[in-house]
Amino acid sequence: MKVAFTTSGQNLEAPMDARFGRAAGFLIYDTDSDTFEPVDNRQSVNTAQGAGIQATEAIVRHGANCLVTGHCGPNAFRALSAAGIRIYTTQAETVAEALEAFRAGALASIKSADVEGHWS
Amino acid sequence: MILAVASGKGGTGKTTVSVNLARTIGSGVQLLDCDVEEPNAHLFLRGRQTGNEVVSIPIPEVDESLCDACGECGRFCRYHAIVSFGSSPLVFPELCHGCGGCALVCPRGAIREAGRRVGVVETQEVDGITLVLGRLDIGVAMAPPLIRAVKSRMKNNGTTVILDAPPGTSCPVIATLRGSDFVLLVTEPTPFGLHDLQLAVDMVRELTIPFGVVVNRMGIGDDRVHRFCREQGIPILLELPDDRRIAEAYSRGELVVDALPEYHSHFATLLWNIKEIRNGGGRAS
Repeated sequence: MKVAFTTSGQNLEAPMDARFGRAAGFLIYDTDSDTFEPVDNRQSVNTAQGAGIQATEAIVRHGANCLVTGHCGPNAFRALSAAGIRIYTTQAETVAEALEAFRAGALASIKSADVEGHWS
Repeated sequence: MILAVASGKGGTGKTTVSVNLARTIGSGVQLLDCDVEEPNAHLFLRGRQTGNEVVSIPIPEVDESLCDACGECGRFCRYHAIVSFGSSPLVFPELCHGCGGCALVCPRGAIREAGRRVGVVETQEVDGITLVLGRLDIGVAMAPPLIRAVKSRMKNNGTTVILDAPPGTSCPVIATLRGSDFVLLVTEPTPFGLHDLQLAVDMVRELTIPFGVVVNRMGIGDDRVHRFCREQGIPILLELPDDRRIAEAYSRGELVVDALPEYHSHFATLLWNIKEIRNGGGRAS
């Protein structure tokens, strides 16, 4: 299973980015092989509108099944749900902490958007 | 002549200049209130409504029985208003700019366009002045399609058309100014007025439309707007004093030229100045 974490960094020690659509990038972690791949999200950061939708396309392209992030707005939620991606929110500081919480089953998946669009 | 009245800063007097110019020109003039988020020219020119039409933009409607989820529509849409994840596409109507591209690129002909209402265009007749105004619906984020609808009511019959623009320098203003022959930038002689005037000057230079400045509320602030215009070679075409009686007329919804006839010549001179520049007076920037 592949899990996308929102982050500005390139490795597990990198800080989590609480945003999804306009996160600097993602770490796509493969729980089967314990490997990860950084994915750039600059295209969505710079888009005029629909960043959450474009970010969803990006993580779908990299095979993600789950997303771990800080918050999720309504359009991103609709797109992620349509793409069959489960969404988990966390306050964890780093990707490693978020991954540990995810593995421990300590994160609850959200059933609706938890913020308005353009919240940050 | 199509004359646009714009500003960087809000509240400088665009509508005051627009409605008083319209009254000064009189019969046959067309005044288009393009500030569709908060139209208010009709508060000063109260007339008989002659038209009221709903304006819609086309948004995609997907026939799921024809769609094979190829995703072409989503790859085409730069606004992310339609997207497919291996199933029939999702549509985000509030992100759609109504360009119709998704329907064109769909290889299966599965997308047709349905109307999404964005507002209304009203027409009024006021003592020979035709006033057209747009009213954007609450919750609609995109003003330009409604502004274009307002401008499409423009009659090309050789008379003067005044476009009352929204404040600022972004898309709704560009949609208003595009195609105009001359832009009046209304400002006030304050640091705030100067700052936003400079942005507006950059904008009209980018659009390569000849322009001049109207300084409203002369007597307040400082002389930096005048210095800026002098240094940049920008003509100041009208100065309106900070006259308490103008504010009083405004507060009652009256035209300055009606309440204070001595100001009629100010607006007549403004028109004359614009014509001079357009006839090659050589001072346009």
